[in-house]
Amino acid sequence: MDESRQIRNFILKNFLFSEDEGSLSDEESLIASGAIDSTGVLELIMFIEETFQIKVADEEMIPENLDSVQKIIAYLHGKRSSQG
Amino acid sequence: MCGIAGTAGRFANDDSIKAVMRSMIGTLHHRGPDGYGFFHDSGIALAHARLSIIDLVSGDQPISNEDGSVTVIFNGEIFNYVELRAELERSGHRFSTRSDTEVIVHLYEDMGLEFVQRLNGQFAIALWDARLRRLILARDRVGIRPLFYCVVRGRIWFASEIKALLAALPQLGRLDPFGVTQALTFWSPVDPSTAFEGVESLPPGSVLEFREGVPVQTKPFWDWDFSDESREAEPDVDAIAAELRELLIDSVRLQLRADVPVGAYLSGGLDSSGIVSLIRGFTSAPLRTFSIAFEDSEFDESEHQREMVEYLGTDHTTVRCSNSDIGRAFPRLVYHAETPVVRTGPVPLMLLSATVRAEGYKVVLTGEGADEVFAGYDIFKEAKIRRFCARQPDSKLRPTLLRRLYPYLANSPVASTAFARTFFSQGMEFIDSPIFSHVPRWNTSRRACSFLSKDWRAAVSDRDPLSWMDSRIPARVARWSPLGRDQYVEAKTLLAGYLLSSQGDRVAMANSIEGRFPYLDHRVVDYAARLPSRLKLRVLDEKHILRRALRGLLPDSILGRGKQPYRAPDSRCFFEDGQAPDYVEDLLSADRIRSAGYFDAPSVGRLVDKCRAGRVVGFSDNQAFVGILSTMLVDEYFVRRNPSDVSIPTLAAI
Repeated sequence: MDESRQIRNFILKNFLFSEDEGSLSDEESLIASGAIDSTGVLELIMFIEETFQIKVADEEMIPENLDSVQKIIAYLHGKRSSQG
Repeated sequence: MCGIAGTAGRFANDDSIKAVMRSMIGTLHHRGPDGYGFFHDSGIALAHARLSIIDLVSGDQPISNEDGSVTVIFNGEIFNYVELRAELERSGHRFSTRSDTEVIVHLYEDMGLEFVQRLNGQFAIALWDARLRRLILARDRVGIRPLFYCVVRGRIWFASEIKALLAALPQLGRLDPFGVTQALTFWSPVDPSTAFEGVESLPPGSVLEFREGVPVQTKPFWDWDFSDESREAEPDVDAIAAELRELLIDSVRLQLRADVPVGAYLSGGLDSSGIVSLIRGFTSAPLRTFSIAFEDSEFDESEHQREMVEYLGTDHTTVRCSNSDIGRAFPRLVYHAETPVVRTGPVPLMLLSATVRAEGYKVVLTGEGADEVFAGYDIFKEAKIRRFCARQPDSKLRPTLLRRLYPYLANSPVASTAFARTFFSQGMEFIDSPIFSHVPRWNTSRRACSFLSKDWRAAVSDRDPLSWMDSRIPARVARWSPLGRDQYVEAKTLLAGYLLSSQGDRVAMANSIEGRFPYLDHRVVDYAARLPSRLKLRVLDEKHILRRALRGLLPDSILGRGKQPYRAPDSRCFFEDGQAPDYVEDLLSADRIRSAGYFDAPSVGRLVDKCRAGRVVGFSDNQAFVGILSTMLVDEYFVRRNPSDVSIPTLAAI
């Protein structure tokens, strides 16, 4: 399964309690759409760290990195290329 | 304290109505185990279940006036009955009992509907005026005692709890989609709404008049009012603190009135410690205190409780509460609350009141209300910071203030400032509305509504709960100070609907215990409402003036302690190693959810899986789980079955 699908499925199942892939686009803001609430961010970060074997630094916990499926993908790419 | 029930309208005084009244009052036995009283006449029937507290000998109800033209039943206490009685006797009234009930009768004779203005107390009253053939229902100012009613074919029915109405009118056993939506969003239906179609709650601080053939009239006689808030530039804080202390002493003195011993709850925080220190310092009442300790250290305050017990030298009992205790007792809570709840916090209080009763007490004083009256909650600070940020939306520095909120949460929503800023900047469309402070909380809670079934979502799709609430707040509120607005909304929603009800009256009365709340004496409420906001929330120091008023009575560690709101563990109480009690598995099974029709079965299944796996950490998932489970319990006890056939649930097996 590609990464964006993996992330989207996690969000669907874990926050929206749905299996309808059409209910969340890659660009949609997770906060503005109500997909995640304030503590949901912590769950999302735990998921990203476990699934993709990275460490999200405190200063990286910002909406610019984590507020949509697309942003998370871009963040993961950036993280890997800076490490690689 | 007691339970009341009755009906008025066109009907004959025969054996069948007597049987109906017996079945109604029978469902309220827990509220008044010391005896029943009835009054029957043509077109009126009243029933009363008594918990004897004042005038143990002659205080039975109903009570009538000298010529029998006015008859009253009531639930609660009139704390200033001694003073009122002396006044009424001076003006020629003759009393046949020593009870507080009788002052209601004579005050009504003198003042008509205005009689409620003179009462200092917590009450739900039903009064029959035989001459005018009218029934009067009245409820105390802030909503301490419950009173529900419905009008069916021109006839009114009322009772302390909905279950008594359902015993007489089984057809009312239907859940109202918007009432449940309110419960999931605001933590309770908001008066006059209830979770049941056709059943209304008489709003706090109002009087209802019923005459046959005339539409029911409900009139407010009191409301929280911040319009006279002082704008004085340099108020004399010492003088105000001293005056407030005197007022609190008098409130405690009045509320200790009883012909049975009175105990007190001690949470370890400022509010309840303040009450106990006032009892100790200014009355001769013996100090008997009770508290809850949690197995789960995130919620436990027993260290602070011990400190207060040692400092004040009280005779103290602690009830230890484990997660599985909460899971086992939850069905019993819902039976008493008879409404969906989104938190488990009421359960430990129900277990606590059982211990109080077992120790031989019927009455407890608590610190409830101080956070509403003196602005103790984080929601007030949060709103202050959000308004401050909104004035300079580009400031990076201002949102860092949010980090000072919620230091006690294991999974804090403000752990990341950047995200916190984004979350708390939601609701800006309500920046000028009185509900602005509550938008983040309600947005978190209302996520539970996404579990509603397609049919139920369609049934409420024309009413957005937040806009609905916004439209219900009286226009004058928008002219008050920001803090006054926030306090008003809190008092009218969480306090009246939940804290005094599901977490107050119901869990105390479940064990025939009466709670009393000195901070909610209306003289204290009115006094505090006139104080400048900054004497309550001083920068971010909550309840500043109360701390000043209690100075010298409490150790500095308690006086200076930050607010830790009372909470209990939620979804984790229902699963042990992935196993849930049978009732949880049954009620949340896909078949059962589908046949009830309120929720979407596959979504509920995924939420249950997440809870079972122990992966639920945030408020919204926890509240959704507790809200769904409690709705299904309400369905079980009050929709599928009739309360007259349901016995009070015992603790579930794990």
